[in-house]
Amino acid sequence: MREAPMEYLYYPGCSLEASGKPYDESLRAVFRVLGIELKELKDWNCCGATMYMSVDEAISLAISARNLALAEQNGCRGLIAPCSACYTVLLKTNRFLRDSPELKSKVDHLLAQGGLRYNLTVAVRHPLDVLVNDVGVELIAQAAKRSLAGVCFAPYYGCQIVRPERGFDDREFPMTMDRLFERLGATGVYFPLKTRCCGAMLMTTFPDVALHLVEELLDCARENGAHCVITTCPLCQVNLEAYQKRLGKKFGKSYDIPVLYFTQLLGLALGCSETELGMQRNLTTFKVPLPAAVA
Amino acid sequence: MASTRVGLEPRPEQAHIPGALPVSEQALRKKFLEESRLVPGGDRISRCLQCGTCTGSCPVSYAMDISPRMVIALFRAGQIEEILRSRTIWICASCYMCTTRCPQGIKITDLLYALKRTAMDTGLYPDRLPIYLLSKNFVRVVNRYGRSHEMLLLLLYYLRRNPLALLRLLPLGIAMWRKGRISLFPAKIKGIQTIRQMLAASKALELPREKEEVPYVEGTVGYRAVG
Repeated sequence: MREAPMEYLYYPGCSLEASGKPYDESLRAVFRVLGIELKELKDWNCCGATMYMSVDEAISLAISARNLALAEQNGCRGLIAPCSACYTVLLKTNRFLRDSPELKSKVDHLLAQGGLRYNLTVAVRHPLDVLVNDVGVELIAQAAKRSLAGVCFAPYYGCQIVRPERGFDDREFPMTMDRLFERLGATGVYFPLKTRCCGAMLMTTFPDVALHLVEELLDCARENGAHCVITTCPLCQVNLEAYQKRLGKKFGKSYDIPVLYFTQLLGLALGCSETELGMQRNLTTFKVPLPAAVA
Repeated sequence: MASTRVGLEPRPEQAHIPGALPVSEQALRKKFLEESRLVPGGDRISRCLQCGTCTGSCPVSYAMDISPRMVIALFRAGQIEEILRSRTIWICASCYMCTTRCPQGIKITDLLYALKRTAMDTGLYPDRLPIYLLSKNFVRVVNRYGRSHEMLLLLLYYLRRNPLALLRLLPLGIAMWRKGRISLFPAKIKGIQTIRQMLAASKALELPREKEEVPYVEGTVGYRAVG
């Protein structure tokens, strides 16, 4: 079906090395099954996340651009960044360097000190974008080993994969994930908060504010009949999953909603085993019985 | 509302000359304009209509002492110090909803980053709220290892801010560790030297800029700021 084998550079990001490990495992498994090669970017560094930007602009862009410069040396179709923060920061770096000659010259100077050069040629991609727009929903449906019929999911995109710039989908009401999983047999529930913020690092700095945001998200998913929430970001996943007990205590409700990475649910459809997808590492258990995979 | 706000007391050196700013405010203004000038589209702050779409779209504006719309109003009124002393800029979780919806295309989230940088540089923070510590420690960890490290970052933050909260997080920490989702030791990247060289170079870049005296620009306050 495809002429040349697809190959992408892969930028896991710091979270996927620790709390987001199941995301990393399931992502690699899904790409392996689909026959797409992921080449990890050698010696990548932190993108700077949202926090470096609040300290120094030029150096935070330069640190993020180091990754792009390394990717450029490799010459690739695209650099896949699964973490929403990495994705947004790397995209933003590209945009700022393109739009502001002054920042570009500063960053060029800084990169040159480290013996690097960046010519703005690297396309930063989110795995969801690559799967749906490069591989295609139909091709994935053909590769599926089992139907997801009976699974009601709340598609949670979070903020940063669709904002600030219009990326691969609408900034307030994206449908990419809905389309993908509905084609695989699952049912997407009405989930108007799909791009509402999960609180991100506020869980550390202002826990009360973040807990309230998470409460609203989980309530919305549950009231609309979702069996699980699927996420595209390591931080959203942890925020939604790890504080359910504390939320229950705080607001006098009880929560037990499985929160999966979208690659985990996709992997189940593609016939990967739960261990391959790192499902045992989730703090919540996904309980919907699925039909056995057919070869 | 007003009672929770910090820094509302009139500052003594504030003369009652319309349009005139105290010296400290002039310095802050210069710093902030410098920071925001570099943000692509940063000058659009002057187009604000005060419609309040940003505040209405913000998922956390209810917890802010100064709403995003008021941040711009205070900027115009020459009250940057009040903005910096509020919790607002540190409550922003950077979800970009305001930026997306602003009818005038103002880069509100990026401007809040510029305000955070101004606060970090001038040391003006809301009282007893060392929120900036997280950003500071993040930078320390990244500069040292080239990558962020969740556990080290949280440890550094809580030890300074609230060691007792660590106890509360312990059960979650243990659960995550048992699931293999915590890495215990930070790993240094091979090219850390590159990052150090870039950091050193950026320090050198900044030195001459500090000596250079940029004259204070009239016409950046009040209606004149609207252009």
